[in-house]
Amino acid sequence: MRIVAKDLTYTYNPKSPFATQALKGADLVIEEGEFFGIIGHTGSGKSTFVQHLNALIRLTGGSLTVGDYDLSDKKCKFLELRSKVGMVFQYPEYQLFAETVEKDVMFGLKNFCKGMSEEEKQKAVREAIETVDLDYEDVKDRSPFELSGGQKRRAAIAGVIVTKPEVLILDEPAAGLDPLGKQEIMQLLHSIHGGWCKTVIIVSHDMDEIAENCTRAAVFSEGKVVMEGAPAEIFRRSDELIALGLDIPVTAKCARILKERGIEIDTDFTCDDFISKVLALYARSGGVSKADTGAARAEKADAQGGAGDAQ
Amino acid sequence: MEAVKFENVKFSYREEEDEFAVNGVTLSIEEGQFVAVLGRNGSGKSTLAKMINALLVPTEGSVTVFGLDASDPKNTFEIRKSAGMVFQNPDNQTVASIVEDDVAFGPENIGVPREEIGKRIDFALDAVGMQAYRHATPSRLSGGQKQRIAIAGVLAVMPKIMILDESTAMLDPKGRREVMDVIKKLNKERGMTVILITHFMDEALEADRAIVMHRGEAVMDGTPEEIFSRADELETYNLTLPRAAYISKKLAEGGMPVKGAFNAEELAEEICASLRKI
Repeated sequence: MRIVAKDLTYTYNPKSPFATQALKGADLVIEEGEFFGIIGHTGSGKSTFVQHLNALIRLTGGSLTVGDYDLSDKKCKFLELRSKVGMVFQYPEYQLFAETVEKDVMFGLKNFCKGMSEEEKQKAVREAIETVDLDYEDVKDRSPFELSGGQKRRAAIAGVIVTKPEVLILDEPAAGLDPLGKQEIMQLLHSIHGGWCKTVIIVSHDMDEIAENCTRAAVFSEGKVVMEGAPAEIFRRSDELIALGLDIPVTAKCARILKERGIEIDTDFTCDDFISKVLALYARSGGVSKADTGAARAEKADAQGGAGDAQ
Repeated sequence: MEAVKFENVKFSYREEEDEFAVNGVTLSIEEGQFVAVLGRNGSGKSTLAKMINALLVPTEGSVTVFGLDASDPKNTFEIRKSAGMVFQNPDNQTVASIVEDDVAFGPENIGVPREEIGKRIDFALDAVGMQAYRHATPSRLSGGQKQRIAIAGVLAVMPKIMILDESTAMLDPKGRREVMDVIKKLNKERGMTVILITHFMDEALEADRAIVMHRGEAVMDGTPEEIFSRADELETYNLTLPRAAYISKKLAEGGMPVKGAFNAEELAEEICASLRKI
């Protein structure tokens, strides 16, 4: 489902002394199949924006379509939309409530898939729990509160993906987890992405996470989308990000300093790419590198050949 | 002076089982030290911290805080005055609807006279840079501001030790920076002993000392630089290097003569230096 937002506006507590305009005309298109990142500091309107996508916040200004659903139409089938656009909030484990993991995951189905037989529901719950890498037999009758932090979070995600949403939105999915827990969650999202879940949208403060995982990203500031593109394009404009008070990935920070010293590294800012580009540069400059890339060796040979000619 | 001393400490959440969340920890923390505690979820970090201010009492062994035995209920009150704790979720630590009332809660509880409480609120709000928000409502503050108020609430009791249990985990980068700046200042300028439990390896780099917990044991202990130069060992405890350190390690493995770098500036410096050496 393609998402097209045009000139979205939204004000919290309108007509009161606390009125705050969170969205001031946000335009954004998210294509089907993307692993999309949403960046912006607190109060930039990014959460308000994503909550529009499954009509948790009703449209009050501008236009928004998600696939064939026109959210400005009062007759839009919102319940159906919500089963197709799943939303995982920050710290979703705080929303676990049922006595057992199985009942918790079942809750979503009961609301959205009233036509399903008991057997089908059971099967879907099992599938969802297994998808998030939990052992179904082991956890189904256990209280969700007995699970470890990372497991709880995955159980909560299972409760959202049980309806197999085509679009999955996650607000800070890896926040608060230890480094390995973070990796596991991101791997989980990549394994879901591309199957029934066609589009993944993550909201994140962690620029390294955006650089490593996303196909494209948008930067929100003061209720508008101010930058949009592949992470490599966005992080190439690191001056603008810094001016907006945002972080940049470590690779981008390092590349900036190197650039000031006249060393250009053409990287997409993922760790692996940065490492191989630096090693290639080192080899090209004549350093002895163990980097086993044929290209680097060839370039090095060329460089040495060139140097030889000059002598 | 020794602020905290653990001697062969074990702790089990379930009496009947031989499962120890903290399993034989012996270590001591000097007054004025800034110590980061690292480890996976479930490694025993929080359990260890909660024994410092007698929220938990060791099952075996002893914990002493400024010479006082934390297992003795008679000392609990005194120990909680000298060791304050800030938790993860800023929303769970607010008790009043006005900032100054919230900060006053601690000193009121320990029976500080009224005039003195006013001074302590001033001191605490100044220390965290939140004086301007004295009459504000905590629920309308940002996460970073709320955590600074929580820190002020602890400061108003004037403890000698501040324990932060993943207190930056729920904050955005700006909020994290605010909180880290405040605790570094308290440590440097006031000699406050800081025990910082964190999953952010970058935050650990700002400490004097880092302790790695794994399955209830303190398995690594040293300066953050020492700890992060033992990458393979860290990996066995399922911890990762700060990103700059990871990159410098990979570059070294690729044959570049770079030394371990711990931030982007050092990494850039190392890359420049090795290119110059050619």
